[in-house]
Amino acid sequence: MNSVSPNLDALARHVSLKVNGAERSADVEPRVLLVDFIRTNLRLTGTHIGCDTSSCGACTVLVDGTPMKSCTLLAVQVSGRSISTVEGLAAGAAMSPMQTGFHEEHGLQCGFCTPGMMLVGTALLEHNPNPTEEQIRWAISGNICRCTGYMNIVKAIQHAAAIKAEAVKAPKPEAVAAGGGQ
Amino acid sequence: MFPAAFDYRAPSSLAEAVDILRQRGEEAKVMAGGQSLIPLLKLRFSQPALVVDIGRLPNLAGVERKDGHLRVGALTRHVQVESNTDLRTLCPILPEAAHWIADPLIRNQGTVGGSVCHADPQGDWGSVMLALDADFVARSESGERTIKAADFFQGPFTTALRPDEVLTEIRIPLAAHSAGAYNKLERKVGDFATVAVAVQVEMNGDKIAKAGIGLTSVGDRNLKARDAEKSLAGKQPTDEAIAEAARLAAAAAEPKADVRGSAEFKRDIVRVFVQRGLKTAVARARGGQ
Amino acid sequence: MAATHVHGGIGESIKRKEDSRFLHGKGNYIDDLALPGMLHMSILRSPHAHARLKSVDTSAASGMPGVIAVVTGELMAQHKLAWMPTLSNDTQAVLATDKVRFQGQEVAAVIAETRYQAEDARDAIVVDYEVLTAVTSPEGAKTAGAPLIRDDKENQKDNHIYHWESGDQGTTRAAFAKADKVVRLHTFYPRCHPAPLETCGCVADVNGVTGKATIYMTSQAPHAIRTVFALVTGLPEQNIRVISPDIGGGFGNKVPVYPGYVVATAASLLIGRPVKWIEDRTENLISTGYARDFHMTGDLALDKDGKITALRVHLDSDNGAFFADAQPSKFKAGLFHIVTGSYDIPTAHITADGYYTNKAPGGVAYRCSFRVTEASYLIERLITNAAIEIGMDQAEFRKKNFIRKDQFPYHSATGWVYDSGDYHKAMDVALDQLGYDELRKDVEKRRKQGEVTGIGIASFTEVVGAGHGADFDILGLRMFDSAELRVHPTGKAMLRMGTKSQGQGHETTFAQIVAEELGIPAADVAVEEGDTDTAPYGLGTYASRSTPVAGAATAMVSRKLREKGRKIAAHLLEAAEEDLEWERGRFFVKGSPDKGKTIQEIAFAAYTNLPEGMEAGLEGVHYYDPPNMTYPFGTYAVVVDVDKGTGQVKVKRVVAVDDCGVRINPMIVEGQIHGGLTEGFGIAFMELITFDAEGNCIGSNFMDYLLPTAWESPKFELGETVTPSPHHPLGAKGVGESPTVGSPAAYVNAVIDALSPYGVKNIDMPVTPDKVWAALRAAGVSE
Ligand SMILES: Cc1cc2nc3c(=O)[nH]c(=O)nc-3n(C[C@H](O)[C@H](O)[C@H](O)COP(=O)(O)OP(=O)(O)OC[C@H]3O[C@@H](n4cnc5c(N)ncnc54)[C@H](O)[C@@H]3O)c2cc1C
Ligand code: FES
Ligand code: FES
Repeated sequence: MNSVSPNLDALARHVSLKVNGAERSADVEPRVLLVDFIRTNLRLTGTHIGCDTSSCGACTVLVDGTPMKSCTLLAVQVSGRSISTVEGLAAGAAMSPMQTGFHEEHGLQCGFCTPGMMLVGTALLEHNPNPTEEQIRWAISGNICRCTGYMNIVKAIQHAAAIKAEAVKAPKPEAVAAGGGQ
Repeated sequence: MFPAAFDYRAPSSLAEAVDILRQRGEEAKVMAGGQSLIPLLKLRFSQPALVVDIGRLPNLAGVERKDGHLRVGALTRHVQVESNTDLRTLCPILPEAAHWIADPLIRNQGTVGGSVCHADPQGDWGSVMLALDADFVARSESGERTIKAADFFQGPFTTALRPDEVLTEIRIPLAAHSAGAYNKLERKVGDFATVAVAVQVEMNGDKIAKAGIGLTSVGDRNLKARDAEKSLAGKQPTDEAIAEAARLAAAAAEPKADVRGSAEFKRDIVRVFVQRGLKTAVARARGGQ
Repeated sequence: MAATHVHGGIGESIKRKEDSRFLHGKGNYIDDLALPGMLHMSILRSPHAHARLKSVDTSAASGMPGVIAVVTGELMAQHKLAWMPTLSNDTQAVLATDKVRFQGQEVAAVIAETRYQAEDARDAIVVDYEVLTAVTSPEGAKTAGAPLIRDDKENQKDNHIYHWESGDQGTTRAAFAKADKVVRLHTFYPRCHPAPLETCGCVADVNGVTGKATIYMTSQAPHAIRTVFALVTGLPEQNIRVISPDIGGGFGNKVPVYPGYVVATAASLLIGRPVKWIEDRTENLISTGYARDFHMTGDLALDKDGKITALRVHLDSDNGAFFADAQPSKFKAGLFHIVTGSYDIPTAHITADGYYTNKAPGGVAYRCSFRVTEASYLIERLITNAAIEIGMDQAEFRKKNFIRKDQFPYHSATGWVYDSGDYHKAMDVALDQLGYDELRKDVEKRRKQGEVTGIGIASFTEVVGAGHGADFDILGLRMFDSAELRVHPTGKAMLRMGTKSQGQGHETTFAQIVAEELGIPAADVAVEEGDTDTAPYGLGTYASRSTPVAGAATAMVSRKLREKGRKIAAHLLEAAEEDLEWERGRFFVKGSPDKGKTIQEIAFAAYTNLPEGMEAGLEGVHYYDPPNMTYPFGTYAVVVDVDKGTGQVKVKRVVAVDDCGVRINPMIVEGQIHGGLTEGFGIAFMELITFDAEGNCIGSNFMDYLLPTAWESPKFELGETVTPSPHHPLGAKGVGESPTVGSPAAYVNAVIDALSPYGVKNIDMPVTPDKVWAALRAAGVSE
């Protein structure tokens, strides 16, 4: 596998992660940031970089289901843990409720913040299926969007919550099956 | 921006951690959540030869009540304090302060212990611990020692910890009829405080038995406003007493002018927040158990 | 027969066609590109604002692991590439050779196998500087004995760049002499930065064998960049291919050519491998196109009835170390002379002076049509102050002085011809939506109870859609734009334009124009921009010009094809052309609606069954040079509460009524307005790039350059009026920037209104708690 640094010296460590359900591993220097590991080593480029100061959330991933800034984690630090990125949101070609929400409510413009926003939204709905506007705004306050003014992002997350609530009321067997594998 | 190269160890026990630090403490940096350290590594302000990741050590995260104390494990994440509903009555200043730290994603990973060890004069937990008169428990190869909050913060990014020591927990005394409040002026979510004030009071009937006041971002470290604290002891929380304490706390502040505002501005916000905090804390202490 | 419904025409809020790749993490942004053998570049920048470069020692860096090359100014000079032209006909250093002139200026670059290695080696370059005194304001630049910043330019004896005037000095002076009241406002519109979430970057791939240079870059104007590159490097233009991939926001930041692009291209040429350069956030904020930095003094002359009789403005522009404003060549201060705004002001006189300072170059229009934001801010602040000073209601005063509907087309005192407008109506809709009269009473009541609260209004007029090409050019390139439409035999189409979306939804909006004009469903129209090898030449996307210019071109090319379609249909239907009638998507024979041919059938025939002598195919291109600008307008109203203890301002409500003419996709239009109102909020309350006395940039990362999050950002209540542009083929005017142009003044006016009982007349942006606190305490208000 192509690694961030080809000069694998004595410092290199073996990092193995479960990424979107699949085991992935590589030998990298300890200084390699998780975001670079994901983007460069795993070639999953949906996770973005927008700043150097842990301020923007463009790099958000879920670590064991919890949203974190992958630019402020070392790859070695999370070795052994389970990571979800935007590429893991959809079940095959079918969009997840969060993706559908963003599409329907025009929750994205340039799309650069979108992966992070959707992951935060996804994690939020896991423990708060019916959040208020205030709760949504608070939850996404570690993620900057320069384009949308957030109004439609809030609506998108509410839209996703509504889809999920519907699905709970009338569970579709196919949807459950599709969610399982990839 | 990328860190300069370093070596990395992730001990699996506290004993192993302190052993590594005994040998290489001087050239090493302990890493808890990494939410302060990694940004510094990326800026290359910090270039340690070794990073000792204590993030995987067991039994150091969580808040529990024990022997009349609250024990906050060093690896307790900000979010664990923020979302702990028991604390809202037991020690409301803790979740209130946690709520305003950094942003939700950083609160998911940053730790209380890392925050106090980082000793940023703009950090929030230091002032809270000063107001609460907390004790800090440090472990090294040679054993355990307790450091009073008032002695812990020694200057900007400088604490009483030795390079071979790890902070393991923070002990917060719990008293009946006590409560606190944290007021923070920040420019936006994710910003450090322009000014913040931690206030804790213990009531004895209609009088204040004891008050603790910690100040954020108005000195080269988190400050304890001792004169203001003393002025309240044994007094009824009248408007005058509160105003006098606020005046004394403002006088104790050592703010510097910067883009966030003038020294006078910051000093006055200390005054406003001590007033607001005392009023809230007294009300909470009276309303609570 | 009922008209066939073609999905996705004008006025439909269809969902965006481009969404899907972004929602799956499959967008293709510049940093996502990985070419075989690609190297990484890191730039060493000056820590000083002004210093003489004594030596640059790269010996240690060159030997470090992974390092392929270290490029210095000296090396660039050997290839005559140490300097490049700017968009304002000045020169800018690519890599410094003589002096550094701002903190963050490019000094050297390392090209290495990985970015980590490139940065390791960058830190090992040793530069010896002789630090010089820095100039950090026009005031400083003017003072006698100020250091000469541009000693590289032969005839430059001081730090003055330009003097520029508009309007009529004589009549204005006379009007002021007769005025019953003069209201003055001195205000500084501080330096801010577009700060799109994606920084700038490029991947330069020069093929050593063919000589073809393919440069992928985050550019809002790829064609213009190609031409500039050809001029800078001397490479033949057909051998340069600029490709703008997906862009993570631009807002003006991605218009200019930056030194990094030139160095990466030169490096790729020298090394023979692709070179990637991606800015980090600090590089973006300290070295690329900033915005504003205007020191303005405005005087408004009034008669005793409160009618405005004249406007006089002087401004000093702080242009940084190189004059690199991205704006039409003729207008040194951009389109600032739209400053008479929405008001019928008989005479005006504007003077402007630009100065070099030791700050980053590149005054771009941050979501604005070349300095219109500064103009709109000044006039709207002045209007509110005037109303307060003469004791008239802000809304009333505006209505009294608005250009009336019957005055359009309106010739302004500074030479603009406003195409259309109905300012009173937009104001009424906004006031109504706000419940202004009730709210005013409530404000008065709450003020009596000691609260600090206020309402702000701004009724802006924008001027967008540059050209006309005779008046508007960039480096001589006339500001037209283009569209090329190809309809395939199956009736599906490919539309290519000279513009470049950065999130505005071009793939959807422009497909809708084709759907409207040619009846091909929007879903069947693929829109492609950004590849100079395939797209027709155009000046790009900024200054809200895509819909007014490229949108018009799209409508025109669609109409061209429709006319060819008519001929084909006539042939197929064996009818005379004049006997055919068009409905969306279909020609039919007048009087027998069943006898018709759909555009899809016509397209097929264009390749299979043509009338005698007709060229095959259904393709066309149109270059649209607009006859005039368009003039979007609107009224924004903001309600704020102020915390007396801390000086914090809480925005309670924002009502925004926009008139951008015909709305092609209302959903996208509203999204644009939300975004712009939020950026306007950021500018009004938090975004600031400032400098200390040594010229150190404060605001160099997102901990200091503050962008609003969802928590601070207000909620918006939108409204609309529709006054179609009379000269645009679709009646559309462009909207992307109205909210950033109009809203800052509305926010600040609300704060000033709240503080007006205490005699406060001005607080410069950003309106931060410390400034409000100081104003309150000075008036004796405290908690
Ligand atoms: C964008 C941003 C905004 C922020 N805003 C705020 C804010 O508003 N208020 C605030 O208070 N903080 C803020 N922080 C800091 C944040 O709270 C950090 O989580 C915290 O300061 C450090 O916690 P950590 O566990 O991540 O520590 P680390 O980064 O891992 O460590 C920090 C320092 O403490 C040392 N250390 C850590 N744990 C121990 C230990 N157990 N024993 C000995 N030494 C130890 C490390 O060696 C290091 O020097 C912000 C951070 C960021 C990136
Ligand atoms: S890239 Fe900005 S927070 Fe990670
Ligand atoms: S959609 Fe562009 S940053 Fe959010």
